[in-house]
Amino acid sequence: MNHLASDMHKETFVLNMGPQHPATHGVLRVKLVLDGEYIVEAEPVLGYIHRMHEKMGENRTWAQFMPNTGRLDYLSALSYNHGYVAAVERAAGIEVPERAEVIRVMTVELNRISSHLLWFGAYLLDLGGFTPLLYAFDDREQILDLLESVTGSRLTYCYFRFGGLYNDIDDDFIAGLKGFVERLRSRLPMYHTLVTKNIILMKRLKDIGVVSADMCRRYGATGPVARGSGIDYDVRKNEPYSVYPEFDFDVPVYHEGDSMARYMVRMDEIEQSLRIIEQAIAKLPEGPIMAEKAPKIIKPAKGDYYHAVEAARGSFGVRLVSDGTNTPYRLKLRSPSFCNLSLFAEASQGMLVADAVAFMGSLDLVIPEIDR
Amino acid sequence: MNPEVSRLLIYVVAAIAFVALNAAMLVWMERKVAGHMQGRIGPKEVGPFGLLQSFADGIKLMTKQLIVPEGADVPLFKVAPMLVMIPAVMCFVTIPFSETVAARNINVGLLLLFAIASVNILALLLGGWASNNKYAVISAARAVSQNVAYEIPMLITAITVVMFTRTMNLHDIVMQQAGGFWNWNILPFTKNPAMALVMPISFLIFFTCSMAETNRAPFDLGEAESELVAGFHTEYAGMGFGLFFLGEYANVFIGCSLAVILFLGGWQCPFGLAPGIHWFLIKVYSLIFVVMWARWTFPRTTIYGLLNLSWKILIPISLFNLVLTGALIKVF
Repeated sequence: MNHLASDMHKETFVLNMGPQHPATHGVLRVKLVLDGEYIVEAEPVLGYIHRMHEKMGENRTWAQFMPNTGRLDYLSALSYNHGYVAAVERAAGIEVPERAEVIRVMTVELNRISSHLLWFGAYLLDLGGFTPLLYAFDDREQILDLLESVTGSRLTYCYFRFGGLYNDIDDDFIAGLKGFVERLRSRLPMYHTLVTKNIILMKRLKDIGVVSADMCRRYGATGPVARGSGIDYDVRKNEPYSVYPEFDFDVPVYHEGDSMARYMVRMDEIEQSLRIIEQAIAKLPEGPIMAEKAPKIIKPAKGDYYHAVEAARGSFGVRLVSDGTNTPYRLKLRSPSFCNLSLFAEASQGMLVADAVAFMGSLDLVIPEIDR
Repeated sequence: MNPEVSRLLIYVVAAIAFVALNAAMLVWMERKVAGHMQGRIGPKEVGPFGLLQSFADGIKLMTKQLIVPEGADVPLFKVAPMLVMIPAVMCFVTIPFSETVAARNINVGLLLLFAIASVNILALLLGGWASNNKYAVISAARAVSQNVAYEIPMLITAITVVMFTRTMNLHDIVMQQAGGFWNWNILPFTKNPAMALVMPISFLIFFTCSMAETNRAPFDLGEAESELVAGFHTEYAGMGFGLFFLGEYANVFIGCSLAVILFLGGWQCPFGLAPGIHWFLIKVYSLIFVVMWARWTFPRTTIYGLLNLSWKILIPISLFNLVLTGALIKVF
C-alpha cells in the first residue's frame, strides 16, 4: 500500500510554460516538471530572442553600438544608454558638463518610474487583476509623452552621447515634468488603496516566493529582488556615479524576501525617484549639454574598463576591453534580469504553478535583456 | 396543434433566443462596465453606443473554422460545448420571469434547477479532457473541485430558504414575498423578524457561491489566463469557444436570477407598486453589475485559497446558519 502511494506520488509530467505563454511576458520558456500542480523542478530555457548584441559591439564603432543599448531592456532603455555611455566616457576620459549629468539623472529616473509602473500593471495582470494595468498605463503615457518630446522616441531611447546629450530640455518639458510629479503623487495613494491593501493580493504575495539574502548573493541578484531580501545594495549609493551623490534619496529595503517585499520595494522606489526628479528640477544648472572637448571619433586607450549603473531591474554593468582602435575588442554586458531569473529554478521548487507565476512576475523579467 | 405543445415550442425558441441575446448584451455591458471602470469608454464604433459590437463578434466567431487538435477525443471534444449550452437553456424552463411569464410552473423547480445546472461542470470536464492539452486538463480538474466545493454551501443555503418558505416552487417563493422589500426573504421583517438576522448571511453565501459556480472572477481559476492560458477552452476555436462563452453568461444570468427569486423578491416591486417582469430584470441586471464590478476590481485568488474558503469558512458557516434557521423557525 505504501509502495503504491509513493509510486503514485512520482507520477509527474512535464509542462512547457512558454515560449508563448501569457505569464512569461516574452519568449521565455520554463520547463516545469509538475506533480499535480506542485513544481518538482523548473528549468528556464533561454535563447529564443538572442540577437548577439555583444558580438555586434565588436564589429561596430563605439558610437554605432549606442542604439543597441536601448534594445536590451526596452522598458528602462535610458539606464542602459547611461551605463554604456558612462563606461565609454570612463575609458576615453571624457568630462560631462553638469547640466547634462543632471538631465541624465532626471530622464533616467523618469524612465525608472515608467518601468516600475509598467511592471506594476503587468504584475497585477499576472495575478488576474486587469484594471490596475490601465491605470498604470495612463500614468506611464504621460512619461512617454515627456520623454518623446526630448529624446524623439517613446521606448527604445538613444538619447545620451559620449560627453553629453543629443538634445537639450526646454521649459515645456520642465513644466510638464512638474505637472507629472504632482499627478503621480496624487495617484499613488489610490494605487495603494486599490491594490496594495487588497486582501486577495496580500494573501497571494505574503510569504510566497521567499528568497533569502544568501540565495541572492549566490546567484548575483541585484536591484529590487536583492533589496526585498534585506540586502541594502544600490549602485547609486554604493558605487556613486554621475551626480547621484548630490541628491537626497533613500534606498527602500525590506527584509521579508517574499513577493510582497519586492512589490513594496518597487512602489517605494517610485516615490524616491519622484524625490530625485524634484531635486533635479530645482538644481538644474545653466550651461552646455555637450562637452566641448569631446572627440568626434572615440579611441579609448588600451585597457579594461567597467562601469555599473542602477537600472530599474538591478545592477547593469558594462565591461569594455579596448585595444586602442575605433571598435571595442570585447564588450561584455552584465544584465540584472539574467541573474534574477537564475534563482527561479531553486526558489520555485515545491511551489504551486499559480504561486510560481506570482513569483516570476515579482522578479520583473525582461526577456530581451536576459538573452541580449 | 395542441396549445400545450405550441406553448412549449414557443418557450424553447424564446429561451434560446433570450440566452443568445442576453449573452450578447452582457458582453457589451461587461465591456462598457470594464471600460468605464478603467477610464476608457469601451466599444463605441459598431452601432449606437457600440451596441452591435457583440453581434459583429458573434458573426466573426461563427465564420471561423472549427479546429480539432491532433490527438483529441473527437466526439467528446465536439459534444462538450453543446453540453454547456443545453443545461443553460433548460434552466430557463424553471425560472419565473413574472407571474405569467414562465415556461413551466414546476412544483420542485428549485431542485430541478440545481439538478440541471450541475450538468454544466461535466461539460467543462469533458472539454478539458478531450482537448489533449495539459493546461486544459489542469483547468478541468480545477473547475470540478471548485464546483463541488461551492455546490455544497450553495445547496445548504438554498435549503434554509426552502425551510423558511416551505416550498420548492419558485413561483410560490416569489408570491410569498409580495408587498414590499420588508417582505423579501433577505429581510423578512413582517414574517419572522428574527430571520432578518440570518437571511442576509444566507444571501451573501449564496451570492458568493453562485459567482464561484459560474467561474467568474475573482474565482475564475478554471480559465486563469496568466497560468493556464485559456483553461479548458484553450483548444477551442470559433463557435466552440463561443458556446462556452454563451454558456458562461447564461449561467451568470441564472445564478443572479436565482438569487433574486430566493432572496430579493423576484418580480415584486420594492414598494409594492406595479410588480412585473421589468422589476425582475432590473434586479437581475443590477446583481450582474455587481458581479462585473467584482471582476474588474479584484485580482484572482489561488485554487487552494478558494477551496479553503469553501471547506473551512463557507461550509461551516452555512451549516451553522442552517441549524440557526431551523431553531429560529421553531421558536418564533
